Amino acid sequence: MRHLIPLQTILFKEIHRFIRIWPQTVLPAAITTSLYFLIFGGLIGRQIGSMAGMPYLDYIVPGVVLMSVITNAYSNVVSSFYSTKFQRHIEELLIAPVPNWVILAGYVGGGIARGLAVGVVVGGIGVLFTHVHPFHPWIVAAILLLTATLLSLAGFINAIYANSFDDISIVPNFVLTPLVYLGGVFYSIDLLPEFWRKISLGNPILYMINAFRYGFLGISDVRIDVAFGIIGGAILMLLVWALVLLRRGTGLKS
Amino acid sequence: MTQALSIRALRKIYKNGFEALRGIDLDVQAGDFFALLGPNGAGKSTTIGIISSLVNKTSGVVEVFGHSLDREREAAKRCIGLVPQEINFNQFETVLNIVVNQAGFYGIRRREARIRAEECLRQLALWDKRNTVSRTLSGGMKRRLMIARALAHSPRLLILDEPTAGVDLEIRRSMWDFLRRINREGTTIILTTHYLEEAENLCRHIAIINHGRIVEHSRMGDLLARLHTSRYILEIANSVDRAPVVAGYRLERLDERTLAAEVPAELGIHRLFKALAEQGIEVIALRNAANRLEQLFVDLVESQRPVPVRKSA
Ligand SMILES: Nc1ncnc2c1ncn2[C@@H]1O[C@H](COP(=O)(O)OP(=O)(O)OP(=O)(O)O)[C@@H](O)[C@H]1O
Ligand SMILES: [Mg+2]
Repeated sequence: MRHLIPLQTILFKEIHRFIRIWPQTVLPAAITTSLYFLIFGGLIGRQIGSMAGMPYLDYIVPGVVLMSVITNAYSNVVSSFYSTKFQRHIEELLIAPVPNWVILAGYVGGGIARGLAVGVVVGGIGVLFTHVHPFHPWIVAAILLLTATLLSLAGFINAIYANSFDDISIVPNFVLTPLVYLGGVFYSIDLLPEFWRKISLGNPILYMINAFRYGFLGISDVRIDVAFGIIGGAILMLLVWALVLLRRGTGLKS
Repeated sequence: MTQALSIRALRKIYKNGFEALRGIDLDVQAGDFFALLGPNGAGKSTTIGIISSLVNKTSGVVEVFGHSLDREREAAKRCIGLVPQEINFNQFETVLNIVVNQAGFYGIRRREARIRAEECLRQLALWDKRNTVSRTLSGGMKRRLMIARALAHSPRLLILDEPTAGVDLEIRRSMWDFLRRINREGTTIILTTHYLEEAENLCRHIAIINHGRIVEHSRMGDLLARLHTSRYILEIANSVDRAPVVAGYRLERLDERTLAAEVPAELGIHRLFKALAEQGIEVIALRNAANRLEQLFVDLVESQRPVPVRKSA
């Protein structure tokens, strides 16, 4: 395992990075989600009553937790890898005998770690506000891990293509955020007209959120096996894509 | 002797269609101290980028200590330490972490990496700065940090792309001493520089590259010996319509009262004066046209051709 030490070095560096700047990386998620719980749970939630037979706050907790995992995993990798590229210290890795998959695993590992760290913090806050607890802990853990992996890979690919700081905020703002909000964090897609319900089924985030919610509440708008299949397939696709980009040196080598 | 570096027919065409390297052959022996010279934009950094896996080559073969970049890139990479032309470390990281992490990328365990990093940083007088965030180092310190980082995995071949650019004279001299020492201890060194004095002082072999071609590749000593003809400008008292002929020297008439003379070191200038005096030409003033490497460099770069090797008489 001669690649173990380089992998550890990258991972350690990445984890150290987001911990060192925790007020920018962990704190905002904790504050935003607390606000969600306060507003939707305490204020509006009471007006709404129940969703799919659950108290509204309980219904949204899993989605809100996963939402912060999604954005944090993505933004950790996209900003860390882009700045590695921008400051050119990616060259430290390119000249060293580190295979591409190790570089990828290191950065994605960092994104997963941040996703999980934020997920645990935000989930903890959720527990304070509600009585929600994992019903199927293995499903919760698996979806957490797979979602963080998928979004970290996506962030990595974004960083490879990015040529400016604008390029690393376009996808999160104009693609990721809408997909998350339309992915059933706050509502069941059964409430939608048939047409929009069908459209929603094309949103991969929907499957993550519903499978995650199933892990807590035992309810879901989609089939769980289908959700795992879609998430797994998407991970595989992005993995191959990222490795091909690294092999070609896209955005990294001239 | 082992070859530290062997390059054959190396070409690079950048994505914008620019041909930066037009077929380069280069050999560097193990243990050598090698200078790669050339004007701005000649292709030095491109060559170094390809050797160190930062730039994809278009075609050609590169071997580092016998390891081909195409077949054994990892083994080749292990042999190389790179000091790039531009600052490329994490500006927000501390000096120590930069070196320790680089060692980690080469597979050195953290505990050993720290010991090794201390050695490297002490050698480059940066140990006191180990906990400083690298952004706040002075320019010269940043250069030295890049040297320390390049040595983290004890490479057999150290490549430095203009390591002394923007470094004051004192630091430059101490860098020279340091490089000489690690070269004596067995590290092969390739260096690019714009300071000809630097190449002359340090290096045993030299290649000059211009417009993506090697225009000179020889021992430093041979090159300097070839330059042991000095060029003088002579002002003479009486006008001449033709350049006088003196055996062993090459004379050129610049205008009616000015001559240029190529004077081989072994003949000396005194004999030229005597010979001219015998022809009735009196020299009233004399100045040195240019000095050694500078002159050669200018010739090569201007002519685009290797200077013909003139046999000394
Ligand atoms: N990424 C790139 N895309 C297109 N052209 C490039 C690229 N990088 C370098 N070049 C061109 O290739 C040529 C060689 O550049 P290179 O950096 O190798 O020169 P150099 O000899 O190191 O010069 P200097 O002494 O200024 O550092 C230059 O004309 C440069 O403009
Ligand atoms: Mg250069």
